[in-house]
Amino acid sequence: MKLRNFQDAFVDALYDVKSPFLRGISTQPGFTVYRNTVMKGAVDALQANFPSVERLVGTEWFVAAATLYARQSPPVDARLIYHAAGFAEFLDDFEHAQQLPYLGNVARLDRLWNLCHTAADEPGIDINQIASLTPEDLATLQLKPRAAARWAWFADQPVFSIWHHNRLALDMPEQLDWQGEGALLVRSAGVVSWQPLDVGGCAFLDACAAGKPLADAAQHASGLQPSLDILELLTRLVGADVFVATEPS
Amino acid sequence: MNTSPTLGTGLGLKADHYEAAYDCAATGLWFEVHPENYMIDGGPRLAWLETVGSRHPLSLHGVSLSLAADCPPDTEHLTRLKALIDRVQPALVSEHLAWSTWRGQYHPDLLPFPRTEEALQCITDNIQRTQDFLGRRIAIENPSHYVRLNDHTVSEIDFLSELSQRTGCGLLLDINNVFLSAHNMGYDANAYVDEFPGSAIMEIHLAGHSADPGGAPLLIDTHDAPIAEDVWALYQRLIQRVGPRPTLIERDDNLPPFAELLLERDRAQALLEGMS
Repeated sequence: MKLRNFQDAFVDALYDVKSPFLRGISTQPGFTVYRNTVMKGAVDALQANFPSVERLVGTEWFVAAATLYARQSPPVDARLIYHAAGFAEFLDDFEHAQQLPYLGNVARLDRLWNLCHTAADEPGIDINQIASLTPEDLATLQLKPRAAARWAWFADQPVFSIWHHNRLALDMPEQLDWQGEGALLVRSAGVVSWQPLDVGGCAFLDACAAGKPLADAAQHASGLQPSLDILELLTRLVGADVFVATEPS
Repeated sequence: MNTSPTLGTGLGLKADHYEAAYDCAATGLWFEVHPENYMIDGGPRLAWLETVGSRHPLSLHGVSLSLAADCPPDTEHLTRLKALIDRVQPALVSEHLAWSTWRGQYHPDLLPFPRTEEALQCITDNIQRTQDFLGRRIAIENPSHYVRLNDHTVSEIDFLSELSQRTGCGLLLDINNVFLSAHNMGYDANAYVDEFPGSAIMEIHLAGHSADPGGAPLLIDTHDAPIAEDVWALYQRLIQRVGPRPTLIERDDNLPPFAELLLERDRAQALLEGMS
């Protein structure tokens, strides 16, 4: 058998697709070792990458769901910390998760945590760099979010609260205000931390990431959240180390 | 010598042990990691590797280059590996005689293949491509075996010798893999160790194994236990023949405290020092 035919047949057999070419191999007890190792590798990666989801649903449920996912979506990147970009969508559609419609969004925040954790090292902007600008320069300033800053707005669910309590293994509050919540995750000095971010804040960062000058980003954000205090927001974001330091001009 | 004489016995570097690893001043100590865990843009994990690497030699031991797949190694993967090599300047770089990535999917294990002339040519090409891309010699590790393939036409030792001769690559002899493959496939571990081409050995691996939890009469390369006495005996047999070589103790599961790993490491180090 050609090597590539062997490899096609072997992969089929790993995922329980019957392959006549591999008869006599896939029936050996030792083949189960490969099958189990491949599955364990993928499931372990899901457990490592989505701890808040596991905490929310319990290990048994999580492993069952992760095993189904691992069968249908083997890793496409050997860097397993990036594995399962599609796990959130899988949970959105998973028929056994319909009682937990926020599960996919919790997975999205776990993924953002990993992306923050492994993002490039970039120095953050200092508040004094901004404070010294004239109002005209401030209006045209393009603030670029650091790769280690990630945010997401969830319009219909208190996803930040749910994720935060499970990520830190805290007791869930007895009552949650069932309203939209956003999250900002930032790695600063080697540590990923997070805070709630409202719809205007998320829109402001979206606009900054799209290269809009500060005045345009502020206008866009205020349009979505008229009560937004831009100065307070900007101070908070700079303090959280969200933006890349600007090049000295 | 194949490598720097300062490499004695090393340990797999685990996140739980970063500080202890950095602080440890044991003679000849070095650390090995899977590059796949560090092929990232930045952050504390990479910073720790650089910090440990500032005091101890490092080794990058890949698990996913998939050199035995019937296709060239992924260029993006090689590019990231080269960037990591440039960043941490490892003393050793190694991979496995196995495949894991196939048609764009990564199956996280070290999978077997029939050792044929076709496979030999394919893997020769893949090792050459890798060494050319990285601009350095790599070492190739003998795998652990769990199934019998009927289509082998070349023995594993002849296959590895031929790869080394054709590409100039070094070899990484994993003694635990020899022991458990000999058990699983029914051959003589002593004979395998005696016949292994000693001059090509750049690195030796030692690890623990476990019986198959499924009840099959198989030993599995679990890296979750101390090194078995039979494996120590094979190790002594090997280094008595070939002399001291950089030796690594792999432990990936049931991780004991660093001090406990260091005791196991000291045993191997004493054996190496007894040789010189």
